[in-house]
Amino acid sequence: MAVCVAVIAKENYPLYIRSIPTENQLKFHYTVHTSLDVVDEKISAMGKALVDQRELYLGLLYPTEDYKVYGYVTNSKVKFVMVVDSSNTALRDNEIRSMFRKLHNSYTDVMCNPFYNPGDPIQSRAFDNTVSSMMVATC
Amino acid sequence: MEGAGPGGTGNGEPGVVYTMENKPIVTCAGDQSLFTAVYSTLTQQLPREPMEWRRAYGRAPKMIHLESNFVQFKEELLPKEGNKALLTFPFLHIYWTECCDTEVYKATTKDDITKWQNALRAHSTTDWLIVVVESESKKKNKTNILPRTSIADKIRSDFCNKQSDRCMVLVDPLKDTSRSQESWSLFLSKLRTLLLTSFTRNLGHFEDEMRTLREKRTEPGWSFCDYFMVQEELAFVFEMLQQFEDALVQYDELDALFSQYVLNFGAGDGANWLSSFCQPVQSWDGLALRKPIDMEKRDLIQRRRANLLELRSYLFSRQCTLLLFLQRPWEVAGRALELLHNCVQELRLLEVSVPPGALDCWVFLSCLEVLQRIEGCCERAQLEANISHTVGLWSYATEKLQALGSLCGLVSESGPCSEDLQRTVDLLAGLGAERPETANTAQSPYKKLQEALSSEESFEKHYLDLAHATIEMYNSIGRSRSAKLVGKNLADFYMKKSLPQKAEPYLQGALRMYQAEGWALPLTHTRKQLAECQKLLGQTEPYLKTCSLLATDNNLPQEERVGHCHEILRLSAQDASAGGNHISLPFGSFAHLTSLRFDPPNAVVHVGGSLSIELALLCLLPEPFHLEHLSGYFHYSLDKNSYRKTAEWLTQHKPAGGTVHFQPETPLGVRVAPPILELSEMHEKSPSEGGLVSTGVICRNVHMLLRAQDTSSSSPVDRHFGLSLQDGAHNLHCSNIVLQPGLNHVTFHAQAQEPGTYTLRQLAASFGAVELLLPHVYPIVQYDVYSQEPQLKVEPLNDCLLAGVPQKLKFTVTTGHYQVKLGDTLQLSNADAMPIIPGTDTTASIYQNSHGEYNPSAVPLYLVFGDCRKIAFWSPPSDDCSWQLLSLLVTGEASVSSLSIQRSDKITSISLPLAPPYHIMEFELDVVCLLPEGGRLMNGEIPRRGKEPHNSHSSAASGVLEQRVSVDCPWSIYSTIISLTFHLPLKAQYTILSSGTRKYIQVCVENMCDFSFQLSDSCLSSTRDLQFHPLHTMESQSLQRQQCLFYVWEVTWRQGLPSTLPCSFSVSFFPLPLPESCANLQPFTYYFHLEHFYTLYTVRAEILPPAESEFCKMGSLCSLEVCITRLCDPVETDKEETLTDCEGYTSTQLFYQVVDGGSNWAVCGRSSGVVLMPVKHGACHTVRMEVMPLFAGYLPYPDVQLFRYLPHHSHSQQVDADSWIENDSVSVEDPCEAPSGRSQSTSLSPGPLSSTAEQKGLPMPRLQPFHAGQIGNSSAGRQILVIPSMDDHVLEVNVT
Repeated sequence: MAVCVAVIAKENYPLYIRSIPTENQLKFHYTVHTSLDVVDEKISAMGKALVDQRELYLGLLYPTEDYKVYGYVTNSKVKFVMVVDSSNTALRDNEIRSMFRKLHNSYTDVMCNPFYNPGDPIQSRAFDNTVSSMMVATC
Repeated sequence: MEGAGPGGTGNGEPGVVYTMENKPIVTCAGDQSLFTAVYSTLTQQLPREPMEWRRAYGRAPKMIHLESNFVQFKEELLPKEGNKALLTFPFLHIYWTECCDTEVYKATTKDDITKWQNALRAHSTTDWLIVVVESESKKKNKTNILPRTSIADKIRSDFCNKQSDRCMVLVDPLKDTSRSQESWSLFLSKLRTLLLTSFTRNLGHFEDEMRTLREKRTEPGWSFCDYFMVQEELAFVFEMLQQFEDALVQYDELDALFSQYVLNFGAGDGANWLSSFCQPVQSWDGLALRKPIDMEKRDLIQRRRANLLELRSYLFSRQCTLLLFLQRPWEVAGRALELLHNCVQELRLLEVSVPPGALDCWVFLSCLEVLQRIEGCCERAQLEANISHTVGLWSYATEKLQALGSLCGLVSESGPCSEDLQRTVDLLAGLGAERPETANTAQSPYKKLQEALSSEESFEKHYLDLAHATIEMYNSIGRSRSAKLVGKNLADFYMKKSLPQKAEPYLQGALRMYQAEGWALPLTHTRKQLAECQKLLGQTEPYLKTCSLLATDNNLPQEERVGHCHEILRLSAQDASAGGNHISLPFGSFAHLTSLRFDPPNAVVHVGGSLSIELALLCLLPEPFHLEHLSGYFHYSLDKNSYRKTAEWLTQHKPAGGTVHFQPETPLGVRVAPPILELSEMHEKSPSEGGLVSTGVICRNVHMLLRAQDTSSSSPVDRHFGLSLQDGAHNLHCSNIVLQPGLNHVTFHAQAQEPGTYTLRQLAASFGAVELLLPHVYPIVQYDVYSQEPQLKVEPLNDCLLAGVPQKLKFTVTTGHYQVKLGDTLQLSNADAMPIIPGTDTTASIYQNSHGEYNPSAVPLYLVFGDCRKIAFWSPPSDDCSWQLLSLLVTGEASVSSLSIQRSDKITSISLPLAPPYHIMEFELDVVCLLPEGGRLMNGEIPRRGKEPHNSHSSAASGVLEQRVSVDCPWSIYSTIISLTFHLPLKAQYTILSSGTRKYIQVCVENMCDFSFQLSDSCLSSTRDLQFHPLHTMESQSLQRQQCLFYVWEVTWRQGLPSTLPCSFSVSFFPLPLPESCANLQPFTYYFHLEHFYTLYTVRAEILPPAESEFCKMGSLCSLEVCITRLCDPVETDKEETLTDCEGYTSTQLFYQVVDGGSNWAVCGRSSGVVLMPVKHGACHTVRMEVMPLFAGYLPYPDVQLFRYLPHHSHSQQVDADSWIENDSVSVEDPCEAPSGRSQSTSLSPGPLSSTAEQKGLPMPRLQPFHAGQIGNSSAGRQILVIPSMDDHVLEVNVT
């Protein structure tokens, strides 16, 4: 499924980033970071009018030859970025959406932890497991 | 295939070779010349009005402008069975005739039409129309004409079986008459309707067939190419009908179908036909978008010879054409990028063999082709506004060109090798020849690629152009991250070309961004590249800085960090040997200052004292690192406000924590939350009118907020080079320090010299030619140096000093800057009332000036911290040797030396032991404050000793004695006055008790303090006239704190006593537990005067039950008989009274009052009155009154009080006492409560306002109370039984 999952703070620094170990980690860091350009663009394009019924899922941020990068933004402007292998065509939009929702739920659990300081890197094992389950090739 | 209409068509778009510039074909049969005549009008008029096209399958109806290609009817035009071609399909057949003659009609026209109809019928075509053109002129020429409709009617009857509308009459088509126009419009609308009907039917038919074909796709012989051709036919028709949207849908469906097959193939479900697309790629000439239809590729597809790239290219070119027709160029760009990515993926998926670089060429050419195609059809402004759509293609092209450059050896420093050249030739060969449509274009993608691959120089030019354009575009739409990434690639290129100076700004830019946004891995990677770049550039200082950051970077493997560490050492040594300038680097990139600890912990030290500062440095380097120097630069300031810098203030106000913790570096990218907004209300009032002028909210910490915003933009490392080293005299140094990785402790030792405040401003370290500088130290770290005046302090050891008991005083000498020399003495002026008791072994302890309070509970804490010198050493309390031992064990620095005390009459001098400056000397002395002595008997007061030479002052009333001692100190010419407050431990009070004429004295001794005493040897003495017989035990008794002890004596006396008799009570007391020596204890004495203690009158009250009953009954009246008896002859005191002569006796007037304090009795009638009493032994007066018991039970008797009654002297009339005594509430003070011995002059006036009445001079009688002993009450304490009344259910008693 996903080859890289990243959670990025409102200020655009990474709270969590993990990629499949077989690939060059650095490449994904660059990819995710660059995708923030499009995230910013999409967020500002959404504008203030649609604050209430805002769609959190940002869709495909940008495709590259090898990967597709999808984005999602929470109401507190924390961004989730997921990189999917382009060859993995079985993943439809709906599946990506549900993966993001799952990620969001897990992130909410992290935030609910009274010992977690918002803005700190995420080190929760539960969150890690959620991400792992997404990175395992199940479909 | 080309339809060749008589009019031809040539109005295709200029420059577009559109072989199928087609319109729906309509055949014309019959009179060709007639048709030729109306042709131009017809083609002009037909598209003028739109028609609504209702469509099958629920598709939305559309308004459509119809055009047609009118061709001459030929039998061959009719589609043969099985021919699916739609483009060449004649949708309508029209037969034109001008026949107006029945004969002619019968002879030729009918046959002709029949033949025509048969031909149509043979091909089962039902879309036809017969047009009869009539002209007036012709009619006029012929005389034997039939009625004009006859021909048309005939035709209708002959051919239009039930379809009479298939025959139209066109009247004078070439003339501009109303009839003509009318017939034209009828004709046209008919034509349109029929055309649409035909479309609907034929297309529907076609679509059905197409679907059937598609459903067969699982059958073995099915071919995608065949199906492609069929569906494209439909697309062509839609395009022909200008229905581009529908045409696009056809292509999109084909696209999706193909993609699905490829995916299925990837999933292992391969279709046979797909193998034809898997041929190796031989040509990579990119997309061709300039022709509407690429016939070559179409041919290939039709012949099933196309490979994947060719099919995709053709499909996309068609989609592109349609999208451009639809004015959607930006979608072209988006789809193009998707297509290119997709193609790359699909080739991979189908495992099509592609020569290396071929795909890059194809993508590069395609990107440029798409871009140029879009540029060709858009305005410049429009293009600029939509960069976000095209920039992806630019970026992709740049990427691919760079890849090609690397592949062909064009970016290496050495240039391409022969292998590279061979590869280049192969790649260029795959491009084929340039297409004819772009042959004349200077900047065609083909030419660009060829040029770029031809030489290094031209590659560089093209690559740079492209990269710069991409960066610029990214920047212009605010995608700075993407721009920086392209910039980094550009930097890579420059680095490969050995142009580090050009690479550096791009790397720096990227670095700054990653730093600002906190992306650690890209940051490290970029920094590594930058280090390489700076190394090549020879920028020693930035290189070292970068190296230091890399050496401390946790994201790098250990070896690399060590490598960078060695690089730093190598360069620093190299520069040092070269004697170059110092290189200044930020301290923070090597080590962090985590905490700082002062010793002494409160960071206060006296002049000449020493202070150590221990720095905890967290070294970030991977290896032990040698620093030649480490210096702390202090800023010295002398606080002019000397009050704040006194030793006391400093020691008390400085927190004794000793450790300052520094904020750890915030993690990368995390911005420290800005300080919270502090808002206040603000009101401004007009000073003159007091009204509100303005109100608002102000922010009180604007400076903090604004500063926070400023600094958030620059990282702490970047801020470094703003400040240079502040040189000053106040530096602390350490040399040759080796910093181990991790936490290190470095200690500075400071010798305090001048008093003032020293603030650590900067830290600097150096090794080789490198200087590390920490320009700011925050939070503020400072220590204070003070100079102190010598001081003497005398304090009681206990909370409060007791008089009469030996007490310990603690003397504390703070030497300050004074050195105690041999022979220095403290001279105490002796106070008579407070002798100093020479102790047997008085010792003084001397220890260093320290500021911790001695607190036994805190000692374990100090021990834990191992900070021995903090403990104040105290001269041991006599009963607590263990503390002393412990103190000695832990302090070490305290010394004990003995004191010698010499006493003379006036002065006690204490010779001090030697002590260095800034030490504290402590010793204790025993003193006793003598109890006030009764030298003289004064009127119940403690004698004052105002004449005494010393300043002792006492006040027995408050139980406090104050003693002052003046001390002369060797360091000052002035005496120090010490004031000590002693509390009296005991207090005594006497009471006279009477029983008839017998008298007793009771002395109550009260313990005022919190200690217990043992009391013994109580003694009461007076003049010889009085004898006292103690009734209490003579043994010693203990008196607990806050308790009382009573002593009682019976008094016997002789006759003729003076009115006042001095008495003295004394008792010895010892504090408990008993001290070792009681030598210094004096007995407690108490002086008082006895007066008027013998009894003058007895009062006896008797209550008698009513005559008929045995007991008093509740609620019934009883009689109270009060008998007042005089017990002695006139005595001295009577003379003061107003005596009256009555019946031969000297009499005095007495006022009695019956008072029932417990509300047990109701006195009926008068409760008080005045009686005349003869001053004679045995004189008796009885008063009767009625009382009523209010309760049942044993009730105490009501009180009878007796006063002297002093009528006012000036009044002439006998006062009617009752007139003012009627008020029962008259309150008369009990003489017993009056202060003893002082009440002589006190007289009371009845009535609440007596004093004011007297002041006004009104003649008022007065009452004078008797002394306590003068009245004996023989019925005191008596009780009488009252039985309840019989009917006690209601008892209401009003007492007035």
